[in-house]
Amino acid sequence: MKKLGSQTWQFTTRPVILGSSAVVGPEEGEGPLASDFDFIFDSLEMGEKTWEKAERALFMKASVMALENAGLDEEKLEYFVGGDLMNQIISSSFAARKLGVPYLGVFGACSTSMESLAIAAMIVDSGGGKYALAGTASHNCTVEKQFRYPTEYGSQKPPTSQYTVTGSGCAVVGQNDGTAKGPYIVFATLGKIMDLGLKDPLNMGAAMAPAAADTILSHFRDTGLSPGHYDLIVTGDLATVGLPIAKKLLADEGIPMEETTFNDCGLLIYDLDKQKYTIAGGSGCGCSAVVTYGHILKRMKKGELKRVLIVATGALLSPLSYQQGESIPCVAHAIALESGGEGA
Amino acid sequence: MIYLWAFLIGGAICVVGQVLMDIVKLTPAHTMSTLVVAGAIADAFGIYDPLVKFAGAGASVPITSFGYSLVHGALTELERDGWIGVVTGIFDITSAGISSAIVFSFLAALLVRPKG
Repeated sequence: MKKLGSQTWQFTTRPVILGSSAVVGPEEGEGPLASDFDFIFDSLEMGEKTWEKAERALFMKASVMALENAGLDEEKLEYFVGGDLMNQIISSSFAARKLGVPYLGVFGACSTSMESLAIAAMIVDSGGGKYALAGTASHNCTVEKQFRYPTEYGSQKPPTSQYTVTGSGCAVVGQNDGTAKGPYIVFATLGKIMDLGLKDPLNMGAAMAPAAADTILSHFRDTGLSPGHYDLIVTGDLATVGLPIAKKLLADEGIPMEETTFNDCGLLIYDLDKQKYTIAGGSGCGCSAVVTYGHILKRMKKGELKRVLIVATGALLSPLSYQQGESIPCVAHAIALESGGEGA
Repeated sequence: MIYLWAFLIGGAICVVGQVLMDIVKLTPAHTMSTLVVAGAIADAFGIYDPLVKFAGAGASVPITSFGYSLVHGALTELERDGWIGVVTGIFDITSAGISSAIVFSFLAALLVRPKG
């Protein structure tokens, strides 16, 4: 592994995503990416008695399916890196009970998907192990309950508010022994905390946009690449409010984003015209995870995409910090994926 | 005519609530408390009583009428029983609302399990 510039890791052995999974709830199953998901639960309860147990069930289903899709025996797995949005990240820690491997719990709010993937890739790339599982999950009802209002309360939401994705995505990262066809994990650009003083938890897209723009800017500065290097650049969950802000910030910095397709996972996952309840678009840990591990990796496999940069964005607030009048610190972590068949 | 006034006055109170949420950026809970307190203060100045007579349900249904009822009950019993009336009268008019909230919550809890 090599460090480029001030924020980017270049994985010299190019670890491989051997297999991944995207497991979602019924609403995501009605969205435009439904056919890319490995499993769709037909109820939000998922046969469990509480929302928290349902989120855990999602996570466990996704971790098992990722191992299956990678064709890896559970005994061969060496590490699990995961996180979620619950207090004390209970969903991933409780899901880790079943896996029985060394576990690192991480919290990056909705940026957890790429934060965990970066750590898993670092473990494998540095020779710390051959196989590591990275994953995250969110459930609409657990997150709404913890960060906003009780689900039965039926509080009004402003047009800037986003809809937490019910979904879990996991990826098995393996050592590149030359036989696997990819996709390879090439770079990870770790984000700095950005806090421009926004305080509204019902407008997180605007709060997170500067973090996304800063990480994208740092990625191109550190690697010397330009947006045209990638077929697709996606942010995690900026949605209708945040993505235009990120685009403007990057345009102001002179980054030619028009060279590539620049989109957002929160906009891809739902059909905003039909699924009106999603308001500004998707959010939550599961958002970038299921779009990346379901939709994007499948498109890479089909050869539609060769190089992709995923910039997962996280709003690192707590209900308490918000009630005490604090602003929202945000972060974005980027991972560059490349499909096989060509050198770096 | 009373229907029209009920619609206009009731609607106007709701507009105030919506403005408190959208422009003043109060939370739903703060908005509700503000309206209750506003109703209580309005009664202290003797404004809310004529409003209820004028607009009927337009003034008695919105949450402002809860604040009005609290103060109104207390003041009525203050006149009748002296200072102790402030304590005994505060829930006099509102008791129907509070009791039904308790009874219906109990019935709902028997039938369904809240998940939060």
